[in-house]
Amino acid sequence: MKIQTNLAPSAKSLALHAGVVLLLLALNFLLPEYHRGIFARVLVLSVFAMGYNLAFGYTGLLSLGHAMFFAAGLYGAGLPIYHLGWNVWPAFGAGILAGGALALVVGFLALRTTGVAFMIVTLMFAQVFYLTTLYFTTYTRGEEGLVLPQAVRRLSLPDGPLDLSDPSTRYLVALSLFTVVLAAILFLVRAPYGRSLVAIRENEERMRMLGYDVFANKLAAVVLSGTFCAAAGAAYGVLFGYVGSGFASIQYSILPLLWVLVGGAATTLGPLIGTLFMFYVIDTASSYTTAHLLVVGLVLIGVILFFPKGIAGTVRERWLRWLP
Amino acid sequence: MAFGPYFLLASLEGLVTAAVLSLMALGLSLVFGVMRVVNVAHGEFYMLGAVVAWWVASLLGGHPAIGFLLALVISPLVVAAIAFVAERLVLSRLHYEPEATIVATIGLLYIIQQLALTFYGPEARPVQAPFNYRISLPWFGYSAYKLSVIGFSVLMMLATWLLLTRTKIGLIMRATQFDRETAQAFGIPVGRVYAGVFALGAALAAVAAVLIVPIQQAHYLMGLDPLLLSFIVVIIGGLGSLRGTVVAAVLIGLSDGIISMFFSPTLAKMLATLLVALVLVFRPQGLFGTAAR
Repeated sequence: MKIQTNLAPSAKSLALHAGVVLLLLALNFLLPEYHRGIFARVLVLSVFAMGYNLAFGYTGLLSLGHAMFFAAGLYGAGLPIYHLGWNVWPAFGAGILAGGALALVVGFLALRTTGVAFMIVTLMFAQVFYLTTLYFTTYTRGEEGLVLPQAVRRLSLPDGPLDLSDPSTRYLVALSLFTVVLAAILFLVRAPYGRSLVAIRENEERMRMLGYDVFANKLAAVVLSGTFCAAAGAAYGVLFGYVGSGFASIQYSILPLLWVLVGGAATTLGPLIGTLFMFYVIDTASSYTTAHLLVVGLVLIGVILFFPKGIAGTVRERWLRWLP
Repeated sequence: MAFGPYFLLASLEGLVTAAVLSLMALGLSLVFGVMRVVNVAHGEFYMLGAVVAWWVASLLGGHPAIGFLLALVISPLVVAAIAFVAERLVLSRLHYEPEATIVATIGLLYIIQQLALTFYGPEARPVQAPFNYRISLPWFGYSAYKLSVIGFSVLMMLATWLLLTRTKIGLIMRATQFDRETAQAFGIPVGRVYAGVFALGAALAAVAAVLIVPIQQAHYLMGLDPLLLSFIVVIIGGLGSLRGTVVAAVLIGLSDGIISMFFSPTLAKMLATLLVALVLVFRPQGLFGTAAR
């Protein structure tokens, strides 16, 4: 890791990130309908990936249980809407709170372990969460899931309600969430707190010796990471109107790992690049063969063998040293 | 049925699960113990063992015992060969870094699963048991095949134990596990030992699968549940401890059999998984392991 002394995001990197957001905004008006739908999905899921990246990329915590945070947001928002008739705003807040609270409990327990044991413990907690969603099938309808009707997916604003099932609105809301989280991460990783997370990843013992409370720092990272993932889950539920157990399954713990690895761990734009890349790889592969999991497997092995730094990580290493 | 016989039936079923589970977990434990690699694809080697067994048995006509016995030999060899190649092509190039190997074996999991789906299909297919004898107990009849599964697993465990403790190969494996660099300095081909251990671990999973396939059918998604159970067994038993693995497998198998007879299986799995996660959190060395990380 190169030592960087300037803590505020440099003008160059601010311009780059603003440019990316503006480009995404322009794409809303340029993209054909089908691709706009994919992009909206990618934007929400890359928030999930950014949350995962905070734990895995920056703090070095290999978790295989982040699906539970995503699903906590999904159910935390979806269940009150479906069963209690809540509005979107409070439901979205409930989703985020549910994810944050779950991350606090899981982090508090799981962070007592490190390395491989941490991975297995998070995997198991996620499996318990998944089984819980199946067990309470009267409320969640298990794998089949709940479909939120269009009538309740309205965001009430002072100027009147926004219909979240409208493609353009959906895209813009997804982009807003993406922008907020991207800005938060960009600020966070340049702040002293973010630097200390990277330092913990690189040398935990030394950080402890320097007097840092490593456990508290890691716990905060897990809670923040879980909160971002829950925000993605809650947004996914209200934007796409579907809440199902599948999102809590182990596959959704592996996918953010894949996206982050492909895009570049510990880079701010890597999660977006990785998610977008994998969506289109799978989309293209699906038109030739039904065996899209094969592609996922091959890409995972290929990336870890030949591109361990991912796309954005390689770009940073070779050409743009200032890339955050 | 009265409670006593019911309980006996549940315990017998649990012992069969335990027998198969301990073989599979032993493979996982060996790979982790010697190579420090968490093999997430272990469940897929198990699935592959079952699929190859079906394939061998269905190619051969005649008495089911011939097909089964041949499958018991061929399937572990095929799976071991595949594991050997995967180890040489992928894991060895990653220098066995824990996180990189986890990612790579996840990739392997997807590849094997998808290939099985493509070439074997989504159906569940059975293999006929080599013999169809039922032992009649006073309360119920019980399949003699299931009892022989328990016996055969015990034999396999003993064989592995003898291999590890009484032979040159076992000595080399233990030396590599104890100190990789010193072993290399003494001329032990560490790379080949790793590949061999990885293949042996996969072969053990395949043997477990061949044994189970007359009871449960071969299906391309059958690997995940045993994988999680093996993780649980290996953790509770203490990583790398053979005795612990066996004790934990019996414990988990029995309680799985008994609990799922009295509670909903989902609830049983939920509670068991949560319990084990907490064991790992508060006693990371397992119940029987002594070595601290």
